[in-house]
Amino acid sequence: MSSAHHVVPLRIYFTIFFLLIVLTGFTVFISKFDFGVMNLPVALSIAIVKATLIMLFFMHVKYSSRLTQLFVLSGFFFMGILFFFTFCDYLTRAWN
Amino acid sequence: MSAHAHNPAVLHHFADAEQQKESATLGMWLFLATEVLLFAGLFLVYTLFRWKVPYVWVKESYLLGITLGGINTAVLICSSLTMALGVHAAQEGKKKALIGWLLATMLLGATFLGVKAIEYHEHWEHHKVPGLNFTYTVPYDNAHPYKVPEQQVFHFLYFCMTGIHGLHMVAGLSILTVIAIMAYRDKFSTTYYTPVEMAGLYWHFVDIVWVFLFPLLYLTGNHYTGGH
Repeated sequence: MSSAHHVVPLRIYFTIFFLLIVLTGFTVFISKFDFGVMNLPVALSIAIVKATLIMLFFMHVKYSSRLTQLFVLSGFFFMGILFFFTFCDYLTRAWN
Repeated sequence: MSAHAHNPAVLHHFADAEQQKESATLGMWLFLATEVLLFAGLFLVYTLFRWKVPYVWVKESYLLGITLGGINTAVLICSSLTMALGVHAAQEGKKKALIGWLLATMLLGATFLGVKAIEYHEHWEHHKVPGLNFTYTVPYDNAHPYKVPEQQVFHFLYFCMTGIHGLHMVAGLSILTVIAIMAYRDKFSTTYYTPVEMAGLYWHFVDIVWVFLFPLLYLTGNHYTGGH
């Protein structure tokens, strides 16, 4: 656990910033095209990549302890449960 | 209690500075997990309605336009960079740089809220505020009746999601104000800057929420070309 005083090189922060701006431009560009039902997955995929970059580098999760990384994942895990069971219900309502 | 050089910032119930920082980090991420779940409920309702009435979502999103939302996205990404640079300055014990980056972050955050206020005013003028000032847009086609209640639902969710996000921005600005004052009063050193880092985690989290809100609310109708 050498996490306490891990100083991330400035070069990494600027690289991540550049990637975030590029990905934002990309998500605006690609939203001009209609992929039908794939519109949401495409937009979400780019957003998830951006969020992951922010968490790993800006929020230092890459350099954090395993326990912290587990805590980070827990919120998204329970969000997954919320979505999974709600759609198990809605997607199987044949009478609608 | 160790006999060698005691760090005054370490509280007596912690073994050392590292353990104290690890505890703060875990606690902060636990709080952020509850924040994820706060927004998860809204994202769930958004996804359900988008799945049920995709044509309403596309057209109402199209009416929002992407210019101001896009500008705000860039502003928030810049503010995340300045926040990260602030934490970096704290780690290196550079007081002036830390305060400078904190002020830059706050300025960008305030810019975001200012643009948001302009947007909200536009929504009022366009009669797109559900409950208070709402006009239904023209019929989509014959298959869909004139009044589609989900039009209001989209804008209701828009105000809920951006409103709660905006409140988080206000909270973030308050936290950064306190951190900047603490920095000015020399509360931090190269061995103790945990509050700066925790405030940074909060700020980046609020940025992440917007990373999702921007495509879901603004870009969903960007391919709309009229008709239907």
